[in-house]
Amino acid sequence: MNPSNESTLDIRDLRVNYLTTRGIVKAVNGVSFQVKPGEVVGLAGESGSGKSTIAHALLRILHPPAVISGGQALFGGQDIMKMDDAELEAFRWQKISIVFQSAMNALNPVMKIRDQLADVMLHHGIDKAEAARRSVELFNLVGIEPARLDSYPHQLSGGMRQRAVIAIALALNPPMLIMDEPTTALDVVVQKDILEQIDLLRKQLGFSILFITHDLSLLVEISTHICIMYAGEIVEKAPARRLFERPQHPYTLGLMNSFPSICGDKQRLTGIPGSPPDLVTPPSGCKFHPRCPRAMNICSRVAPVTTQLTPDHSVACHLIGNGGQQ
Amino acid sequence: MTTKDHETTPLLEVRGLSKEFPVGHFLNPKKVHAVEDASFAVKRGQVVALVGESGSGKTTTLRMIARLIPVTRGEIFFKGTNVVKSEPRQASLDYRRQVQYIFQDPFASLNAVHTIEHHLARPLIIHKKAFGRQEVHEHVCDLLETVELKPADVIASRYPHQLSGGQRQRVAIARALAVDPELILADEPISMLDVSIRMGVLNLIHRLKEERGISFIYITHDLASARYIGDDIIVMYASHMVEGGSSDAIMSQSTHPYTKLLLSAVPDPRASLRTDKNGKARGEVPSLIDPPPGCPFAARCPYVKPVCRKVMPAPVTVAENHWVRCHLLAGK
Amino acid sequence: MAQTTDCNTPTSSRHGKPVSTQIELLKRLATQPKAIIGLVLLILFFLMAIFSPLLAPYDPHQYVGLANQAPSAEHWLGTTGQGQDVFSQLVYGARVSLFIGFTVGILSTLLGLIVGLISGYLPGLVDGVLNVFTNVFLLIPGLPLLITLASFLPQGMVTVILVLTFTGWAWPARTFRSQMLCLREKDFVSASVVSGEGMPRIVFSEILPNMLSLVMSSLFGAVIYAIGSDAGLAFLGFENVNVISWGTMLYWASNSSALLQEAWWTFLPPGLCIALVSFATTMLIYAMDELTNPRLRSEKEITRVLKKYHITSRRSTPVLNEPIE
Repeated sequence: MNPSNESTLDIRDLRVNYLTTRGIVKAVNGVSFQVKPGEVVGLAGESGSGKSTIAHALLRILHPPAVISGGQALFGGQDIMKMDDAELEAFRWQKISIVFQSAMNALNPVMKIRDQLADVMLHHGIDKAEAARRSVELFNLVGIEPARLDSYPHQLSGGMRQRAVIAIALALNPPMLIMDEPTTALDVVVQKDILEQIDLLRKQLGFSILFITHDLSLLVEISTHICIMYAGEIVEKAPARRLFERPQHPYTLGLMNSFPSICGDKQRLTGIPGSPPDLVTPPSGCKFHPRCPRAMNICSRVAPVTTQLTPDHSVACHLIGNGGQQ
Repeated sequence: MTTKDHETTPLLEVRGLSKEFPVGHFLNPKKVHAVEDASFAVKRGQVVALVGESGSGKTTTLRMIARLIPVTRGEIFFKGTNVVKSEPRQASLDYRRQVQYIFQDPFASLNAVHTIEHHLARPLIIHKKAFGRQEVHEHVCDLLETVELKPADVIASRYPHQLSGGQRQRVAIARALAVDPELILADEPISMLDVSIRMGVLNLIHRLKEERGISFIYITHDLASARYIGDDIIVMYASHMVEGGSSDAIMSQSTHPYTKLLLSAVPDPRASLRTDKNGKARGEVPSLIDPPPGCPFAARCPYVKPVCRKVMPAPVTVAENHWVRCHLLAGK
Repeated sequence: MAQTTDCNTPTSSRHGKPVSTQIELLKRLATQPKAIIGLVLLILFFLMAIFSPLLAPYDPHQYVGLANQAPSAEHWLGTTGQGQDVFSQLVYGARVSLFIGFTVGILSTLLGLIVGLISGYLPGLVDGVLNVFTNVFLLIPGLPLLITLASFLPQGMVTVILVLTFTGWAWPARTFRSQMLCLREKDFVSASVVSGEGMPRIVFSEILPNMLSLVMSSLFGAVIYAIGSDAGLAFLGFENVNVISWGTMLYWASNSSALLQEAWWTFLPPGLCIALVSFATTMLIYAMDELTNPRLRSEKEITRVLKKYHITSRRSTPVLNEPIE
């Protein structure tokens, strides 16, 4: 099944709020980006950045008190935010599916993997025989022996469970996959295996990926483009290699200054002082200004607009508007 | 003890430390071999990083050294004294004053019903470091300032849930510092913190080592942070210590196939020139329940020989401050 | 490796609005609607008991009228089968019933606390012995044991209190032991051990404050148990029936064939009082539950939010078209 050009995800000014008794939490505050067919777009950020909220919002699986309060998410000509329940049923899993962080959260501990896999397919109208055949095919694709289909989740190792979850996500051959911290709970060796498997599958089946994680060094290795999120907004967007070589936003720089290297000179890294802001009463102006080493007067008063440095590299920072950095 | 003894005797030395947990039931008893034959030393003012994946036995080793769980076999020498022998049932107050612990989860290691002041005051009072409310309070504020938590007065009167993860972990460090310890055991102290604040905490640990000469045993699954802060690194796999040495030696001249596998798996865009020529080591970590004899990595090792499945290799010195347990080197 | 269970303590800040200390919990409790209902009712009953000499128009023991008179202006709740004033008996009876109920409630909770905490914290032999002991008391059928003990011990309030405590401590002990087993494994307890803290301080100063909500719930439950069992024992005639309590009022009502006589005013008021006190205490338990179970709390919040913005669909994330304030 070849992905058509209609399988570009185009998010425009998306806003998601949590209506809590403490006040309105603006978890996602005007986010725009695209995921084109075959691309791997990385969404990097820490706690409170809103990256996980976006993942769930795209499939409309957030629970109240979360509400979508603005913006569009266009996919294949349709706006996900305007779909009703029936259209969403048809949309989820067939157009976009999701791999969650902890496989044990996604898998039912008292059902065999085979049944969980079949469940997805039967629900979308595939008959039993075809579902069984496809289950074997999927397991081969993700690198698990089909004999393990009859296991329960707790009988599989962490890495295998995550592969099983990926198999379920691929059941209906969707043109796009969202992966929300899929390897964070796994050991580094298993993580590498899984990422290589995902890369292989992507080349074979042609789906695009929205990869969400806090591990920026991981994203630089596997993504085509990266969006850096902070307090519900995108502060910088660029192709992966360019972001790594020429980061512009002070937050991006700070993030990169938080990952020690395993080779090269040993440098003293500083990280970023302070902590992520409270989203009920966020800082005025630029949300990053309290922690920014280069904050100016204007930063606490006016929120920066996004400047387009090159057609595919944009930054939201007052420093860039005024001459910027090299 | 003469000055020379004082310098050459390591602060902590662990020999043959092992831990087994009984599992299974009455009719079919089994044992989990959580730690097998751990041996290493920590000098004064040194950071030793213990690196391994989950289930490798690193936390269990640390908890034994902290005397939180009993030792199955082996010896722990602290300042030359075998503490397992001299205080078999419970650690003495003296030991507790000198050896402290920092837990992984900053949310769980503080008691939600007590203020920060209480958390820091208790060790001061127990070990008679301060007397009377005023003096205790002054010490508490000093400690908070040492770990860069300001304003100390305000923070002291707060409850744990009113602080951020990074702040809580600094409080945990302050608590460990309260008794003026010589050795601090840090169990993955930054893995549950946001990425941008990890470096601040690691730098604090480094500063404490440099300024106060406190030794640390730092556990992590992340080789990069082990290199950043560790003077020595020890690699653990499936309850065994497989390689150890200075941080530089392990990073640039790693010998054990598992260490090489670990290094190749760490995502690091700056290391794009790494060659991945070790051969694919497929498979996953073996079960620790009644494991078979021989090297635990044998099932996955691309260079495995028949002897690897029969006998656990003895440590071989590869260079000054670099040893490895691997049959590949035994013959050389 | 985060600890996923929180042992039902309401102090985790990961779940919605945090309740910092158990003291704050009590303050918040006082503002819950269910708790207010319960507290108000209980206070009314306590006031009734305290001021009974002022409230009762007659001496409850005296024969002040014809037997089985229906409620009237002279006798607000009528007269008993012996010609005593029901209303006076009711207000005086509150003293005995409430006293026994709350004393037994407190004593059995205390006893359960001591056994439960010790057996939960000390592994091995101590726990084994205490646990067996607790289980024995849990397994012995309650009512037969109550009756057996009450029938050969000298009659009196002390006996009643002793007997009820004796049969009521095992359930709280079991509950507290489970909670202790869970809390004992927490990192903050290990941290106290590493600091050099001794066992008594760890149990009472570090762990017990985290159990406050559970202790209160158990206390309320024990009170309900005590009031009901006391009434039951009295009704069956195993208490000194010349002492006036709600339970003995029921005994006398039954003895005088109140149902046959259609004298509802002799058994309905005491029965209702027992039920109302249990209801009030139960309301407090519900309020406590709501406060400590974060999911119950957020459910209410969510329903309120949905109503405010007229959102009907709960399956997919709702989309609002108007801007929100």
